[in-house]
Amino acid sequence: MATAAEVLNSSDDQRVGAKARTISLTVRVRRFNPEKSQESWWDEWTLDCDPLDRLVEVLHEIKWYHDGTLAFRRSCAHGICGSDAMMINGRNALACKLLAEDVAPKVTIEPIRGLPVLKDLIVDMEPFLDGYKAVLPYLINDSGEPSAERLQSPEDRERYDDTTKCILCACCTTSCPIFWGDDTYIGPAAIVNAHRFIFDTRDEAGRDRMKILSEKTGVFRCRTTFNCTDACPRGIEVTKAIQEVKRAILFERF
Amino acid sequence: MVTTHTYDALVIGGGGAGMAAAIEMSDRVRTAVISKLYPTRSHTGAAQGGVCAALGNVEEDSPEWHAFDTVKGGDYLVDQPAAMVMCEEAIPAIYQLERWGLPFNRTPDGKIDQRRFGGHTAEHGERPVKRACYAADRTGHMILQTLYQQCVKRDVRFFNEFYCLDLLRTDDGRTAGVVAYELATGELHVFRAKAVIFTTGGFGRAYKVTSNAHTLTGDGPSLVWRRGIPLEDMEMFQFHPTGLARLGVLLSEAARGEGGIVRNKDGERFMERYAPTIKDLAPRDLVSRAIYQEIKEGRGGGPNGDWTFLDITHLDPKVIEEKLPDITEFARIYLKVEPTKEPVPIQPTAHYAMGGIPTDVDGRVVTGENEDIVPGLYSAGECACVSVHGANRLGTNSLLDLLVFGKRAGVAAAEDAIEADLPALPANATEPTLEMLNRILERDKGDNMADIRKELQTQMFDLAFVVRTAEGLTKMQEILGGLRERFDRVAIGDKGSVFNMDLMEAVEVGFLLDCSDAIVAGSLVREESRGAHFREDFPLRDDANWLKHTLAYREDDGSIRMEYKPVKMGPYVPMERKY
Repeated sequence: MATAAEVLNSSDDQRVGAKARTISLTVRVRRFNPEKSQESWWDEWTLDCDPLDRLVEVLHEIKWYHDGTLAFRRSCAHGICGSDAMMINGRNALACKLLAEDVAPKVTIEPIRGLPVLKDLIVDMEPFLDGYKAVLPYLINDSGEPSAERLQSPEDRERYDDTTKCILCACCTTSCPIFWGDDTYIGPAAIVNAHRFIFDTRDEAGRDRMKILSEKTGVFRCRTTFNCTDACPRGIEVTKAIQEVKRAILFERF
Repeated sequence: MVTTHTYDALVIGGGGAGMAAAIEMSDRVRTAVISKLYPTRSHTGAAQGGVCAALGNVEEDSPEWHAFDTVKGGDYLVDQPAAMVMCEEAIPAIYQLERWGLPFNRTPDGKIDQRRFGGHTAEHGERPVKRACYAADRTGHMILQTLYQQCVKRDVRFFNEFYCLDLLRTDDGRTAGVVAYELATGELHVFRAKAVIFTTGGFGRAYKVTSNAHTLTGDGPSLVWRRGIPLEDMEMFQFHPTGLARLGVLLSEAARGEGGIVRNKDGERFMERYAPTIKDLAPRDLVSRAIYQEIKEGRGGGPNGDWTFLDITHLDPKVIEEKLPDITEFARIYLKVEPTKEPVPIQPTAHYAMGGIPTDVDGRVVTGENEDIVPGLYSAGECACVSVHGANRLGTNSLLDLLVFGKRAGVAAAEDAIEADLPALPANATEPTLEMLNRILERDKGDNMADIRKELQTQMFDLAFVVRTAEGLTKMQEILGGLRERFDRVAIGDKGSVFNMDLMEAVEVGFLLDCSDAIVAGSLVREESRGAHFREDFPLRDDANWLKHTLAYREDDGSIRMEYKPVKMGPYVPMERKY
């Protein structure tokens, strides 16, 4: 086992605690500001940063010291709130889960695609949430409420574990080429949240959700490109969940 | 342009407490939730370990034991009747979440599973007890999602990305509504209502290293403080010992629960010297102070000598992957450290405000020694002080607090709104807000907002930290005076109306300065050491003089006046706090 002292004296300069280093990072951002222009444009900054700086903090550095008009959403800055979904070097990710050294020497940042851009990296989330709300994303059970708790076996609980991780960041839905081409498609995130209830033994409205998802805006628009699974910052197997919902609809088994 | 809306009741803040309240209210009265974030972005979602209730599903337990642990954990500054309420209502609150679909982990026979957490014991400290209900290591996330789902089901009206900037009160002190700034357009909105609940969360961003989100800037406490409401026990701020170095991201107490060890730069297990019996399982305040001492005596590591190390290398890798996956992921992603092979650099991280807006057990905001009710004003969650956490909060009690008191505040506010008439708006309701915003917007050159905030956070993390002295706190007061002068000259780069996040951040800095003023004032007057508040110049608890709550008031001239109110006692007589 390495002692703390050994860690600190380690020659491996990839690790935190190694002697201070800086790297140069060029950040290219697609800008949009309806108060200035109806066209988007590109801005570029080159900064010295610590290799372990989170990309969201690099954006802060730009905002705080170079251009206060740069607009993006963020809150927790460690991958749990889902605010800072962006297209980073062509792939959707949370800016707080990538480090400067992951993207150096140059990174291109754009808003996530398929939702109206409101300013810079901020998009209109309402169409995304409309899709979410359409799948009845809450437990439905009209068989009378127990006075205490319902029972559920660990195996039944495990059945829908993966899809409970969703933080509604929209990385999956806005990485989907079907969604880009047709914003009536309900999108992966809504299906993930439907899956979470369809496969929950306590829920009784699976058929209602599957009816919604079998409409032409629903699950069969999916062409299994796996972009959603690649994009998910929570590691949810989104495509697998979609396939399970498709199969449940086809065979009425869930 | 100002738009006026009229509701029966308002909730300010869309996190756990706010949504717990809104669920109760939406069936009873016309309710709106005003939140500067989309509700699912709230920091309730970052809570990891669990939410406790004496269900007794795994081991024998009782709400009374839970209340005792809460009172003792809070170093007897807890209002004991409030702790009783919380611990008794914990059980129905957890069952309610289960019926709403929260995916709790289950026992082999299908019940809600429970696990151990620091300070939770059976039979008044006899032995550890499994009391924390949990959903993997994302309990807060699941609570936030479940509450949001129930809000969607009830079609609760949310005003998302609306930033509340003023509390409106009539001349005779009745709550009349709020003023909010719509981030998407820059327009002001007046919301009239008969009852308003503040549930805006904490203010950990007053400190350099914090587990709190960027957005946790004490908006609610500052707003009401500016309108004459006192803030209670603001000196009681919890520093969690195991924050990820540099970032402050929380590494759950579960790490030490599973056998993790804290070491200094020489690899020494230093907690053996500070807490010979329970060592690394000592409560949060104690471990944070020990770390502080190690660093002060030159045994900290890292580039600035201010890190210690959490060592879990001796644990079974399977246990690490299954029970501590978040910690492993954070260390790997953010520090490039492999926790199964090497110790993880940590720092105490500003974590939780025990103090806040004073309320009774129904969320009613109360002022003064006699707890006079402020008509129509409510608060719950971290921004409130009931007080159930006293001088030090036990792990898993924060999620419970927001469930129980969010609900109670929602019920009380709804009943209030049914009974009351709509108060008239004060004249020129939006004028103070407009003036505040325009002062910032109109200045072309001035002090940089980020510099002011950085200075504040750095100094607070030094002078109003784990160990405090009169000298340091007095210095901090002077620094705060200087920062306030600089803030009066603050200028920002964005002058626009659409998503002016620059403006929002500048306003937040003002709120952080207010909260810091109150933290420092409370820390300076409380000449004793209790729970999270440790005064090097007054190292002992002083029940004769300080078994009481502080109430800080902002006076018109900007000074701070202190009042006090007694702790509500109950069956538990203060004893020396040993574990």
